[in-house]
Parts: sequence; C-alpha cells; structure tokens
Amino acid sequence: MTSAIRFDRVHRYFADHAVLRGLDFTVEPGSIFALLGRNGAGKTTALRILLGFLEPHHGYCEILGTDSRKLSPRERGKIAYVGEDHRLYASMRVREAIEFEAGTRVGFRRDFVTKAIDRCAIPLGQRIFQLSRGQRAQLALVLSVGTEPELLIFDDPALGLDAVMRRELLDALIDLLAEVGCTVLFSSHHLHDVERIADRVGILHGGQLIVDATLDDLKSRVQRRAWIGTGTPPPVAGTLCCRRRRDGYDLTLLDVDATTENALTSGGAQLAPPSTPTLEELFLDLTADDRSGIFSASPSDQAHEASA
Amino acid sequence: MILRIDPQSAEPIFEQIAFQVKATVARGQVEAGYKLPSVRELARELSINPNTVVRAYDVLEKDGVIVRRKGAGCFTTGRGSELAAPRKREQLRELLQRAATEAFHLGFTPDDIRTALDRALERLQFRGDETRGEEKQENNS
Repeated sequence: MTSAIRFDRVHRYFADHAVLRGLDFTVEPGSIFALLGRNGAGKTTALRILLGFLEPHHGYCEILGTDSRKLSPRERGKIAYVGEDHRLYASMRVREAIEFEAGTRVGFRRDFVTKAIDRCAIPLGQRIFQLSRGQRAQLALVLSVGTEPELLIFDDPALGLDAVMRRELLDALIDLLAEVGCTVLFSSHHLHDVERIADRVGILHGGQLIVDATLDDLKSRVQRRAWIGTGTPPPVAGTLCCRRRRDGYDLTLLDVDATTENALTSGGAQLAPPSTPTLEELFLDLTADDRSGIFSASPSDQAHEASA
Repeated sequence: MILRIDPQSAEPIFEQIAFQVKATVARGQVEAGYKLPSVRELARELSINPNTVVRAYDVLEKDGVIVRRKGAGCFTTGRGSELAAPRKREQLRELLQRAATEAFHLGFTPDDIRTALDRALERLQFRGDETRGEEKQENNS
C-alpha cells in the first residue's frame, strides 16, 4: 500500500529564511497524524506545499500517490482541506452554503452534510457571519468532508476556540471519522486534543521533524528521570533533554536500558524511578530551546549544554 | 458499563479501555452477553480516535473476553469471570497495603494496627446498633 502523504527532503525558503530544511515524513492510509510545532515552525508552509499551493525549493512531496505540484481536479476532489481561517462566504445562510457546495463539487452528499450540521445544532437559516467561531469551524469541517474525501487536511482547526467549542469540534470530527474512515493530517497547538485522537505525532522544529512516532511508542519509549548527584550527568545515548532541577538534573531519555541506567548511576549518583512525560511536557522539553535533530543529537552535545 | 480514560497516562488508551472492560467483567458487574457500546458511540463518549476503540476491541476479542457478531456489535462472553477472585484479592491487598503504610508513618506498631483493624471490623458488624444509639443520644440532647 502506498502512503497517503509523503514528504521527501522538502526545503522551502522565504527570501533568505529557510522555513523547511529537509522535511521528511509519511502518513499511512487510515491513520490520524498530528503535525505539531511552535508558532512559525513551518506547519502551514508544509501543508500549503502538500496541497500544491506552494512549490518546494528542493525535494519532493507526494499526496495520494501524485506529485503535489501536478494534482488534477479529480485528485483534488479526493482531498478535503480546512484552513485556519475557515473561509466561507459570510453573507450566505448555512442552507445556502450547503447548496453552493453541492452545486460546485462533484459527488457532494447534501443529506449527509445536512444531518451532520443538524447534529452540531447549527441553525440552517442562520447567516454565516452570525455564527460563532466554533460553529464556523464545525461548518467548515462538515462541508469539507461532504464529498467523502480520502484525505482530510486541517490547518489548526481549533485555533482561537475555547475548550467547550474545541470539544464540540472534536466530537464532530470523531463522528465523521467513525462514519467516513479516512486519513487525516492536522496541525494543532492543543496537545490534550492530540493525545486523544492522534495515532502518530510529528514535531516540527527548526525546519525538520524532530519526532515522528506513534503516541503509544512515545509513551513506552520516552521517560523522565530525576538524576541526583554531584556535577553533571554523564553523557548517555538517548538523552533528549537535560535540565537543571533542585539537587540535580531532570533527564528526558529515549529507550532506557540497564546499560544506560548503570552509566547514569556510576559514581554514586541516584536515579529516581521513571515517569512518563505528557505530550505537552515532551513538546516543551524538545522545542523550548534551539536544538537541532533531537533524535540524532549526539549525547555529548547534550551533556555539554547541561554543563554550560 | 462506565469506561473512563486518562489520555495523559503512561498506559496507551486502547489498553486502558481493554483493562477496564476486563475489570468490569471480572468484578461480575456485567453478565455474559452484555452488549458493548459501538465503536462510534464509545469514540464519541470518550472523545477519542475511533481507531483506538477498534484496537481495544481487537485485544478483547483476541483474549476471548468479547465476541463480535457481524452487524450486531460486540458482546461479553462472560469467560473472564473466573478472574474475579484473584482480582478482588489483588484489590484487597492494595487497600490494606496503603492503610498499613499510612499507619506505620503515623508511628503505630503492627499490633496497634491489627487491633485497629479488628475494631473496624467489629464496628462494621454492629453498625445498626451503634447508629440507633446515636439517635437516642441526639433525642436526649
């Protein structure tokens, strides 16, 4: 089975500023992939390249098996996209917006969409500019999947929504997924939501993915240990983050085994029992400072940083 | 069956669901043939990825805790119920362990703790009489 989405060493510059520096990842069909990153990390740029709105300066990007620069209208019909601004015609009523979509898109399922909008309790007679931000987000989401797309791409769908509206949007999305069952790529800042629904997460930082793993993998492979001893912890492989704390250092470690533990406790240092960081903690650990290639970072560099 | 998950826990969400179904069956809270919520219902109820629910149900089916009937849904087999006794014993052990640890830190000796436990058990048995006594006292005052 071919991947639904494939980024192959994609580079993109704006003037002399490199936004993407070799972005490399794939999304498997039927999975939900969350693309995370700080503001300005390049999430929107990556999605725009993926949809063929922007060209990569180097590298290659494939969507549903086609070069993203050469998407035909038929192929575009299989992709649903919701941008962060939920672009809709403000003066239309909800009912008119549905008719507009039905008249302009092939295979648009009017009944399905009307039902889904009804479930979200959005009045059909309301004008779009009178809807709340959350309702607009739900409407944009539902309209986008009206044609039974194979692939959903959302650019920060929950941007600017409060907790209640986010949950409602999430419910609408889950409903749709249970019904349609397609591949999803979305970017987000709301890590609690991501922890609930993503199969796999990618963390974009410094123009590259520094994490590309399933949530379950992250939970089972990454751990936090408090290191208590004198001086700095010895450099060990798999150190993702090393931060000063009271009496020692907080280490975020990947794939800890007996060898790692022995190395860390040599010289009489103590290692506290492991805890699993939440996605938010991990995100902060990895993106708070400027680091490059975390998973490939050489441990000695990390230790050097720690002593600095 | 009420299922609760903690997305931030170190335990993968699908395992949390599978374990809770097993625990509910083991405690005998549902009978054989109980119909589990559909994938969609549960995904919505817990606000999680439907794929995750599917994974949890796959695990449960593999372990023989539930059966899937095409078009009808998932049902408990009731086979997990022999787990009931060990599971209950495990819970009792955890409860007592916690009580014992706290009591130790309050400075009590093992004998003190044993006596206190006996008293607590006695009080449980004679609860009816005690409350009646309290009512009387209230009436007198």
